[in-house]
Amino acid sequence: MTFFTNLLQMIGAFAINTVASFGRASIFLFQIILGFKDVILRSSLLIKELYSVGVLSLLIIVFSATFVGMVLSLLGYVTLVDFGAESSLGVLVALSLIRELGPVLSALLFSGRAGSALTAEIGLMKATEQLASMEMMAVDPIRRIISPRFFAGLISLPLLTLLFMGIGIYSGYMVGSVWLGVDEGSFWSQMQSKVDFRGDVVNGLIKSVVFGFVVTWIALYQGYNAYPTSEGVSRATTNSVVYSALAVLGLDFLLTALMFM
Amino acid sequence: MGCDNILSDTFIKIRDLHFSRGDREIFSGVSLDIPTGKITAIMGPSGTGKTTLLRMLGGQLQPSQGTVEVEGLDIASLNRKDLYKARRRMGMLFQSGALLTDLSVFENIAFPIREHYNFRESMVRDLVLLKLELVGLRGAHALMPAELSGGMQRRVSLARAIILDPVLMMYDEPFTGLDPVTLGTIVTLIKELNQSLGITSVLVSHDIHETFSIADYVCILSEGKVMAAGAPQELMESKSEFVQQFVQGKPDGPMPFHFPAGSLSNDLLGSKLEKGQHLS
Repeated sequence: MTFFTNLLQMIGAFAINTVASFGRASIFLFQIILGFKDVILRSSLLIKELYSVGVLSLLIIVFSATFVGMVLSLLGYVTLVDFGAESSLGVLVALSLIRELGPVLSALLFSGRAGSALTAEIGLMKATEQLASMEMMAVDPIRRIISPRFFAGLISLPLLTLLFMGIGIYSGYMVGSVWLGVDEGSFWSQMQSKVDFRGDVVNGLIKSVVFGFVVTWIALYQGYNAYPTSEGVSRATTNSVVYSALAVLGLDFLLTALMFM
Repeated sequence: MGCDNILSDTFIKIRDLHFSRGDREIFSGVSLDIPTGKITAIMGPSGTGKTTLLRMLGGQLQPSQGTVEVEGLDIASLNRKDLYKARRRMGMLFQSGALLTDLSVFENIAFPIREHYNFRESMVRDLVLLKLELVGLRGAHALMPAELSGGMQRRVSLARAIILDPVLMMYDEPFTGLDPVTLGTIVTLIKELNQSLGITSVLVSHDIHETFSIADYVCILSEGKVMAAGAPQELMESKSEFVQQFVQGKPDGPMPFHFPAGSLSNDLLGSKLEKGQHLS
């Protein structure tokens, strides 16, 4: 009897904590969005964050896209050549990258590079009382620190995703056509005829906007609510990456079902 | 018991303050008046809620019961806009300095001006350099916070706290971990700022000698209540065992050194503890 009572208590406590946490995160998001006006009026803050969130993520995005495109092209060729369908390699590489791999891998890499950095930075600012000192200087840390980072993440990820797609396709072309000898004309022309701008590219970009929104929100929320100790910041950073990855993968299935079914 | 019977011109009025963290009660009915233009020290053993009290004065924490009034404004009932307006008249020196690590010393001090006013750059420069001169660090204006010692960081933080010419200054443990020269400088600065600018100062500390040398009034908090209050000399001459133990730093007395626990012999000789089990 006690076992079941304890179990019920645990489930109840978990449910209450989860709902309360979602409530706090929603209020936090609302406060961030209220800071949009300040972000527009003080664009220098946004530009600075675009650099640290977006530009500094370029290296990992470029390297990953290059190798993902190359591997995709190589494996695609090995499979398609058995059926004499290697001329469709361009379509396979492009659709895989535009619909799925580009948005998802960019978001996962972004959460590991920029999301974790945002969480650690905000968490440390909290632990060292920098956020509290801003409040005492009558400066709202959400508008001054959090909002510019949120909108920088929201803008950066779709741009990084576009770059990922482009580099991935080009490196796929290098492996498929330049190295393995697939006809260059059929590689590009089939891609052009089968890839729909609105149905594929725009949907891929919509995915990346949703992922950018969620990953940056999770990263900032985890940092802002980190327990102000070294262990607390460490845990918040881990949570940021894990929750972001789970959210991206879950949302990806949902969005794919809505967009391509 | 409180300071409320010794003052006429009150700047801060705290009444029946209650506050808890989890199951632990920090304040259980604290009433306190802080006079205008004086240095009032809040003292007490570690963990009695001295810093928590400062956070409540600044509206960063809300009391569970009771009121905190600063210049007649009930801080807990203010809306965001009014609270931020009230904070522009306050300055706070944090124990850690709390400097913004991505900004230079100059930019840290200029930060509140740039956020609230649209002054010409030459005016910002003059204001910042004057405050830096006051704390003796004009020559360090281009350094980053990581390049400063702990004492220098606190002096920069002090310059930043007074840049908007506050009417209320709050100091959180300003004397902790400083070398004798810096300590003397900070003590003198707090006194001079109070006298020259006529600001009301609330100083949280447990350094008896330095605090008593500059404070006009001292309130000693313990166990969620104001245990003693008065001018430093009055407290030094107090007959209260508690006050004497605190001001003289005696290990034995009404203020326990040990956290509540069972007998040591029971813990040492009693049954073995299971893994993860705590001492009773």
